[in-house]
Amino acid sequence: MFLINCPYCGERDQSEFVSGGEAHIARPKQPTELNDDQWAEFLFMRKNIKGVQFERWNHVHGCRKWFNVARDTSNDKIEKIYKMGEQPPKL
Amino acid sequence: MSKNLRINNKQFVDETRKLSFIFNGKKLYGYKGDSLASALLSNDIHLVGRSFKYHRPRGIMTSGSEEPNAILQIGNDDALTEPNVRATEIELYNGLVCNSQNCWPSVKFDIGGINNFLSPLLPAGFYYKTFMWPASFWEKYEYFIRKSAGLGKSPIKQDPDMYDHRYLHCDILIVGGGVSGLIAAKIASDDNKKVLLLEDKELLGGSLIYDDSDISKIDNQKSSEWLRKFIDNIKKDKNIIIKTRTSLAAYHNYNFLLARQNLTDHLSVNERNNKIRQRLYKIRAKKVIISTGAIERPQVFHNNDRPGIMLASAVKKYIDYYGVRCGLENVIFTNNDSAYETALSLHKSGTKLNAIIDIRDNSSSEIVNQVKNLGIQIYWNHTIVDTKGYKRINKVTVMRLNDKGNDVIGKKIELNCDCLAISGGWTPMVHLFTQSGGKLKFDNKDNIFVPDKTNLDQLSIGSAKGDFELDDVLKNSIKYTKKFLNIENSNFDKIDVKCSKEKEKKNIWLLPSDRPLSKTKPFLDYQNDSTAKDIKLALREGFKSIEHVKRYTTTGMGTDQGKLANMHALGIVADTTNTNMGDLGTTTFRPPYTPLTFGTIVGRNVGQFFDIFRKTPMHEWHVDNNVKFENVGQWKRAWYYPKDGETMHDAVQRESKAARESSGILDASTLGKIDIQGTDANEFLNRVYTNAWSKLQIGKCRYGLMLNEDGMVYDDGVTTRLGENHYLMTTTTGGAANVMSKLEDYLQTEWPELDVFLTSVTDHYATASVCGPNAKKIINKIFKDLDLSDESFPHMSFKEVKLGDINCRVMRISFTGELSYEINVEASYGKHIWEKCIEAGKEFNITPYGTETMHLLRAEKGFIIVGQDTDGTMTPVDLQMDWIISKKKYDFIGKRSLYRSDTIREDRKQLVGLLTDDPNEILEEGAQIVKDENKKPIDMLGHVTSSYFSPTLKKSIALAVLKEGKQLKGQKLLVPMIDKTIKVTVSDTIFLDKENERING
Amino acid sequence: MKNKYSIFSLIKNAFSNHENWQRAWRDPEPKKEYDAVIVGGGGHGLATAYYLAKKHNLKNIAVVEKGWIGGGNTGRNTTIIRSNYLWDASAGLYDHALKIWEGLSQELNYNVMFSQRGVMNLAHNLQDVRDLKRRTHANRLNGIDAVWLETDEVKKFCPIINTSQDIRYPVLGGTLQKRAGTARHDAVAWGYARGADEMGVDIIQNCEVKGIKRIGDTVEGLETTKGFIKTKKIGVVAAGHSSVIANMAGLKLPLESKPLQALVSEPVKPIIDTVVMSNAVHAYVSQSDKGELVIGAGTDSYVSYTQKGSFNIVEDTLKAILELYPIFSRMKMLRQWGGIVDICPDASPIISKTSIKGLYFNCGWGTGGFKATPGSGDLFAHTIANDEPHKLNAAFNINRFVSGDLVDEHGAAAVAH
Repeated sequence: MFLINCPYCGERDQSEFVSGGEAHIARPKQPTELNDDQWAEFLFMRKNIKGVQFERWNHVHGCRKWFNVARDTSNDKIEKIYKMGEQPPKL
Repeated sequence: MSKNLRINNKQFVDETRKLSFIFNGKKLYGYKGDSLASALLSNDIHLVGRSFKYHRPRGIMTSGSEEPNAILQIGNDDALTEPNVRATEIELYNGLVCNSQNCWPSVKFDIGGINNFLSPLLPAGFYYKTFMWPASFWEKYEYFIRKSAGLGKSPIKQDPDMYDHRYLHCDILIVGGGVSGLIAAKIASDDNKKVLLLEDKELLGGSLIYDDSDISKIDNQKSSEWLRKFIDNIKKDKNIIIKTRTSLAAYHNYNFLLARQNLTDHLSVNERNNKIRQRLYKIRAKKVIISTGAIERPQVFHNNDRPGIMLASAVKKYIDYYGVRCGLENVIFTNNDSAYETALSLHKSGTKLNAIIDIRDNSSSEIVNQVKNLGIQIYWNHTIVDTKGYKRINKVTVMRLNDKGNDVIGKKIELNCDCLAISGGWTPMVHLFTQSGGKLKFDNKDNIFVPDKTNLDQLSIGSAKGDFELDDVLKNSIKYTKKFLNIENSNFDKIDVKCSKEKEKKNIWLLPSDRPLSKTKPFLDYQNDSTAKDIKLALREGFKSIEHVKRYTTTGMGTDQGKLANMHALGIVADTTNTNMGDLGTTTFRPPYTPLTFGTIVGRNVGQFFDIFRKTPMHEWHVDNNVKFENVGQWKRAWYYPKDGETMHDAVQRESKAARESSGILDASTLGKIDIQGTDANEFLNRVYTNAWSKLQIGKCRYGLMLNEDGMVYDDGVTTRLGENHYLMTTTTGGAANVMSKLEDYLQTEWPELDVFLTSVTDHYATASVCGPNAKKIINKIFKDLDLSDESFPHMSFKEVKLGDINCRVMRISFTGELSYEINVEASYGKHIWEKCIEAGKEFNITPYGTETMHLLRAEKGFIIVGQDTDGTMTPVDLQMDWIISKKKYDFIGKRSLYRSDTIREDRKQLVGLLTDDPNEILEEGAQIVKDENKKPIDMLGHVTSSYFSPTLKKSIALAVLKEGKQLKGQKLLVPMIDKTIKVTVSDTIFLDKENERING
Repeated sequence: MKNKYSIFSLIKNAFSNHENWQRAWRDPEPKKEYDAVIVGGGGHGLATAYYLAKKHNLKNIAVVEKGWIGGGNTGRNTTIIRSNYLWDASAGLYDHALKIWEGLSQELNYNVMFSQRGVMNLAHNLQDVRDLKRRTHANRLNGIDAVWLETDEVKKFCPIINTSQDIRYPVLGGTLQKRAGTARHDAVAWGYARGADEMGVDIIQNCEVKGIKRIGDTVEGLETTKGFIKTKKIGVVAAGHSSVIANMAGLKLPLESKPLQALVSEPVKPIIDTVVMSNAVHAYVSQSDKGELVIGAGTDSYVSYTQKGSFNIVEDTLKAILELYPIFSRMKMLRQWGGIVDICPDASPIISKTSIKGLYFNCGWGTGGFKATPGSGDLFAHTIANDEPHKLNAAFNINRFVSGDLVDEHGAAAVAH
């Protein structure tokens, strides 16, 4: 049970949040230009990193804001939390 | 109670309060303050259980949570009985009823005891090697295996007790109220920290509080005296919250911990009424200090499991704390100094100690010298090679160890005893530390695993850290705690501690015997009956990892989770394979530390609190009108309203007829409603729905279909343009929350440039939907000034109107195909407006209908229900709803996926109508459709998604998804059921009013 | 068989004090080169090696395992075995496995304790009823022994279920597959290991893969903690760690690895004699031969390789258990643990070739891989040996995520009205 420091509300119990998976997979601006492989890459393929992963979380039972988290998936340690639209930190 | 077993002890046991209890049907007595185990022992009862596999007689062995044998069934009430309760952990109360488990007919004469003689056939893992012939017989073998397995019995009636949850937050959590934990608590409190101190026993002080030795002194006082005063101080400290009878169950990441407090288990049954039984604390601690102490190890030798063989520390506690002698003829068997404390306690209490057997060559510590001076016979460099006594130990056989300690020499010496106190040294309780993800290191000097690295803000102190002697315990606890809390000075920096120091150490994991190992039974895991032989067999068979050995031999898998067995198992594996124990590693300690009641974990969330009930504002009206509810998500939706014993079928026929012929009314409040505002609201809708929204005028409504990014239909509903930049979206009842989340996600993460605001208003509005040819008349009666002409208020449009002071949003939209108005009002007026409609509709036989009738009516019109006619694999094209996919829009959610090689296939499953050849035959929803039922393997073309008998059409109708369905119109197909095959014809999906004339009344 | 197990061999060995049992498998050092190397010594990996050796005449095979065999999800799951899946492709795959299960103890000469005590799936709302009936009809026509039970029949089959219609989510019926059941998880890994070892397969434990070497689009071998192993065929069966291995080869998979938790109660005398699953309230329960209630909890929403999930998942599961079995309130949780499950977007596995020649993946089993162990091994062995899928696993190729031809086993769970 992590403690997640929501950038809008502060530190809260993990049960208030839901994970949205890998971050920085922008929806293609021109989907129709992509072939099936490229579209599948966007839709389904994930790095699924063991180590520090940049991921999206939503404070669903709180402010309902989405934000980014850099978390080490091998020990669940949260390294950094940053807002949507911000660049991932260099760790 | 046996008089010569009770020692006068007024300190912890209240001899003025005699309590009666029943063990295996026999009435016995003990005192307030006794544990069930001490009360049994005071009645000279050691034999309390039978082991899991061989059904060997077993007695009380310990005085704590590591107890492997004294596991009893408490209570005999079908609802209140509790299996597998440790007699050592339960406080005696008046009227306690308990029984031995896993024996038949009785613990004294147990038929299963025959297994002991079959034991040569039952080595570790024997069941993997047999019971395979004949193949079909496994279930018969298994029946007997299952019957003989298991310990106690589950209750068979519902638990009437209440359980509770509470959150606690603190600066410092201290787990364990022994001397080290108490000192740490005080240091933290003096530093103005908020401290939470948990102690699983009733009293604070750990083992020091009943230590009667005069060797150990703190600040020149007897240590127990010093501690007693210290505890009085602690209790007055406002910074320290103390929870007793509270055991820490689990230590999770981020210093999230769970603890269980027992609130009534120590009370007599009639004192428990209306009290909470157990409480689960969910604790967030900034820092955690673990001071859970250590537990004593047994020694592993032949027949080391007889009733009367106990841990030396337990024998001491029974004397010094409970005032109970465990035997009248005692022998101690040890490899370390701590058992000499037991010797002194025995001596002080006037209990006969026949001899001490010590595997060491000698010891010259202060405490051993004291014992020596008492003239007690000590057999140095000796070991026990056998014990006698089936239901109670009566003899031990002792031999001298050779120089290497791997064999015995010389003559056998036989000693009488009715209690053998054994000590194999101490094991720090590192369970919580490892549960939290901490890594251990092995200390070769003391043969123990101690805490090493951790990612969390935590500290282990005292014997949980590996400090066993009082001066180390105190001085190191003070030192580590100060460092941990960043404190320079404490009030304990000059504490003066005196104690006996152990100098000689010797440890032999598996003691030698005069017989070959194969002829002996040296038990490691008493409950699961695994022996040193089993470990060695596993190793011979190639099980190398300690986890393999554990699983193959089931060592450490009993209810004590290996608290006594694990170290010896590791030691024997290390010795046998010539590995350093540190390299071997330990098995994983999994939570909980001690078993945790399901009821406690669940707390109040049972019965009607299992999940939220969502009720519409009209709920009570439905109840008053004999409704049957359907669960839709968390909502209770009106399903149908049976009259005078009608079946659902009858009711639905009546309701739907009324709706088609005159008027019906539906509570549509559960539909999801999202208020959408902002200058880009229109663009937003264009992106989330498949169809175009640019041209929707203010005051008009439009049906929209929403896809997932994978192109599959996700949700649908009508959206109304309330103003220039203001829309009200409706969603399906079950999909509302997910749609809201999805829209927010896109808005915040993909399209933050859009000026759009979303508000969920599902609960803010109530919706009454009035439909049928007379709907207009009814609405007219309610809103007299509202122009309902088709010109002014056409289908798919909206008007805002007042009813008195109530703002009403009236939408002319239809899910039934009938002329239909949906009145939306603020939720608190929902029941009022509903009753208004009923009142106004009376003369038109307005008939309330539920979801079932709604489903029938919409199916007649071929309208889909997302989730019923779709299943996450249907595209709009599959639904024959090509018309709703805008060709002009560049993009919308899921568009790209519609053009993948599979989604453009012509032969996908498509939505069609089905008509049964026999119009009275109603298809079963979910039934499969085939062309040829004799072909093997059978080719399933699709399935029935919706099916009803239409009273209007006087025939059964169905919707189905069907492979290449578009091409199959008019074709005859089959629906094979278990007992018959139903002939069907593929039809259009619209069964009624293809011209859409009814929509205008 | 060098060391056949039977009651007679047990008696014989009892006379020699069990001193003469042979090793169940060797503990070899890796050779320089193998014809095929299986990465992952769980049930699926060991079964793959077993069938490669047994049916495809490949003798020079190794299984490399980072820890100890059977130590991942094989030894952590709730051991439910069933084949009552909705789609033809899934039903074909899982029933293939179930048929092998039925003779597995005899085939391996190792009692895997496959116990056909039935698996019941409960319906708690009208859409559940439709979905489960749909599944039952499909199963019946596919030759799978699933039947629909009305609520009173559910009660009759498992009397301790609370079938009162007054509870929050009453039981509206269920399906039953009688051939389904449970097995002893460890025994499956050990039985396959013993069988494979006997045919010469090298099972190499404590050997972690560190890299995949390839020349162009063809694999050359594996870098491991025990050195380089040359091979032309690599079958990866690494469950939660599949993506980690895939990343070494420069591949991305449609997987997310999430914590899945389970727990057991203290052992009690027989009280529930079947397996009961409920998707709607999320509770799976059975009772092991040892007497423990074995309870499966749900997955967390986030990726994690810690083998630990969050406590509220356990809490929710036990809530559901007490809703359905109020008599278990005084039972006690003895052990709780987590595994890492690799989940595909369509909740179906991948048993497939990849774009790299000689590299095969068997992954994505999500929360339900144990039941498929024998079938998965058999079909993966076929795929590796022939560089071509068997018809039973053809649908489970990686390319389905590109074409859109998913085997969507959880699509039917969509709830809406």
